[in-house]
Amino acid sequence: MTDQVVDIRALKPDLSPERISRRYAAERRFRLYGLVAIAVAIFMLALLMVVIVSKGYSAFVQTHILVEVTFDREVIDPDDTNDPEVISQANFRGIARGAIRKMFPEVTSRRDRRQLYRIFSSEIDFQLMRMARDDPSVIGTTRQVWLKAGADIDMLTKGFIDRDVPESNRRVNDKSLGWYDRLDEQQLVSRRFNTTFFTAADSREPEQAGILGALVGSFLTLAVTLVLVFPVGVSAAVYLEEFAPKNKWTDIIEVNINNLAAVPSIVFGLLGLAVFLNFFELPRSAPLVGGIVLALMTLPTIIIASRSAIMAVPPSIREAALGVGASHMQTVAHHVLPLALPGMLTGTIIGMARALGETAPLLMIGMVAFIVDIPGSITDASTVLPVQVFLWADAPERAFVERTSAATLVLLVFLVAMNLAAILLRKKFERRW
Amino acid sequence: MMRKSFVLAAAAVTVAFAGAAEARDQIRIVGSSTVFPFSAAVAEAFGKSAKFKTPVVESTGSGGGMKLFCAGIGVNHPDITNASRRIKKSEFEKCKAAGIGITEVKVGFDGIVLGSSKKARPMSLTKAQIFLALAHKVPRNGKLVDNPYKNWSDIDKSLPKTKIEVLGPPPTSGTRDAFVELAMEGGCKAVPAAKALGLAKKKCHAIREDGAFVEAGENDNLIVQKLEANPAAVGIFGFSFLDQNSDKIQGARVDGVQPTFDNIASGKYAVSRSLFFYVKQQHVGAIPGIKEYVNEFTSEKAWGPDGYLVDKGLIPLPDADRKKVMTSARGLAPLSM
Repeated sequence: MTDQVVDIRALKPDLSPERISRRYAAERRFRLYGLVAIAVAIFMLALLMVVIVSKGYSAFVQTHILVEVTFDREVIDPDDTNDPEVISQANFRGIARGAIRKMFPEVTSRRDRRQLYRIFSSEIDFQLMRMARDDPSVIGTTRQVWLKAGADIDMLTKGFIDRDVPESNRRVNDKSLGWYDRLDEQQLVSRRFNTTFFTAADSREPEQAGILGALVGSFLTLAVTLVLVFPVGVSAAVYLEEFAPKNKWTDIIEVNINNLAAVPSIVFGLLGLAVFLNFFELPRSAPLVGGIVLALMTLPTIIIASRSAIMAVPPSIREAALGVGASHMQTVAHHVLPLALPGMLTGTIIGMARALGETAPLLMIGMVAFIVDIPGSITDASTVLPVQVFLWADAPERAFVERTSAATLVLLVFLVAMNLAAILLRKKFERRW
Repeated sequence: MMRKSFVLAAAAVTVAFAGAAEARDQIRIVGSSTVFPFSAAVAEAFGKSAKFKTPVVESTGSGGGMKLFCAGIGVNHPDITNASRRIKKSEFEKCKAAGIGITEVKVGFDGIVLGSSKKARPMSLTKAQIFLALAHKVPRNGKLVDNPYKNWSDIDKSLPKTKIEVLGPPPTSGTRDAFVELAMEGGCKAVPAAKALGLAKKKCHAIREDGAFVEAGENDNLIVQKLEANPAAVGIFGFSFLDQNSDKIQGARVDGVQPTFDNIASGKYAVSRSLFFYVKQQHVGAIPGIKEYVNEFTSEKAWGPDGYLVDKGLIPLPDADRKKVMTSARGLAPLSM
């Protein structure tokens, strides 16, 4: 004990106005830092959204040209069978080209005609074929049909092609421009909703490319991930939290789970390649393998989230259950698990949202690929949404620029929806003690 | 609910193993990202017209594709690999060791362009100037020194007085491989002082790391966008990107030759490379459609001067070569090295 005793009553607080105003200023500054940080974050987010939306919105419409098409019975279905098989074999290419020629009778040379056909998408044959096959009553009639324009003309109507640059440097030459302007004057050009974007898979022709293949691929992959990760993650969390003895081994497991959560995702891809493809010989590019790899990647996140959800259940509940004679197993199954479930689901959804946005591990197992067929099962070759964005971003055709942004937009919509679901679930079922 | 999930998972895994053991009815193609758009276009046309499923085309890079291709025979290994360079001797040996017989198909050319924004003055470079602008070490006063050139005009008075700022692909890219081999090594040979100091072949490949050369990533679209924003910069990318963006970007002359379709096709433009694909002979017949795919790729409507691949930016082989390659490809002539 020292003999110096300070009489605290003698210490007068410094209540000078300068000091008080300094303290208030410090607080204001501190609040300002926080506000600035949030403002920067919101600005960045807004910038990202503005850039993506402004670049991508035009991909949701597609230029179409109104053409008078004669569905000649002689050509399509001479025996009047209305058999889809017969109709789909017919020469719709000839019908489409005949209709185009009729609009421009003055174009006669072979070279010019080839160029003329290029105003339209190469898909118009299929477009007409589907029309006739789905509704045989059009056969034998002449109809006004909105035919899809080619990607270059589409870029022209959307204003991405500058008319003022010299002809040699333009994707659309003067002749095509003249034809297009004539169609435009007759009001035969219109921009309509781009259904292809939502009903087709990838294509090398921008106007025929869509995201459905990638969307289905993402869905199948995430389904595999969920089926694997949820039961395993929850069981691991329940065991570690409720049953495991606290010793060196569980400590090691715990450290490892936390470390695994921080491992770069490409490492899981390498693991997938070595174990599932090379050793188990599972098919390449399949959602099955993608799902397993992403399950391994999200497993630690889900175990951690589930453990904290279980931890949040107050001990009094457990003690009450045990007190009235419930077994340990009954306590967990009847009381702890139902109360922790909303937290676990939230963690799972957030983990799945991360898996949805992942490309790196999928690169190694062959899901970065050009796939035209929409996958029908988890062993079919498929790709996923972020990979589709990546592939389109690398394509030279200008029309893929807007599609890249549009696909990003769709991906963002799904991510936001999943996160929103997590928040709503928590809001609805969360219980506070 | 949890028991159900377990059963589902077990079922999924069983189905997968059963599926893997089955034969494959879909062609699998891997390899170069440069050949990828052409290969994908052929695959799409092939899938639309023929009675086969559309092949799956992966973009793994030339080297990665070769590794997968030469790993073995069987449904788990790809049938075809694309390459933006010829197969290496070492890769060929590896394939041979695995018992794989290869057919080589040369499909066309790709020019590598030094482009800049239309807002900038058009450039005309020689290979020697490209080398001097980008090499890590250049000869000066009889010694090898770290590249001292800051402006283009430091190299030659005729060049613009702007800072040397070149955006190019990273070393993992096939475009970079071809660029250093054709432009840098070629330029090296044209500088007598470099030869005298022992700079030859691989030694010429080193690119300066002082900020004048910027690795802009594998994505050529990004390089094009950056050039638009920065008229002083020069970018290195494939010809198809110049072709698609010719309203905004211009190509520099190399040794006096403009990078145009005709000049690359005739071989006048020197910085161009050949594109290939390789077929695994053992898979022909075992996997349905390989022969038909090769036929589609080597048909005039695909790779001919008016074919759909030309629209996608492929520069076709001369007529005589096309005929020769077509016969050897359709006959599945084995490659020997």
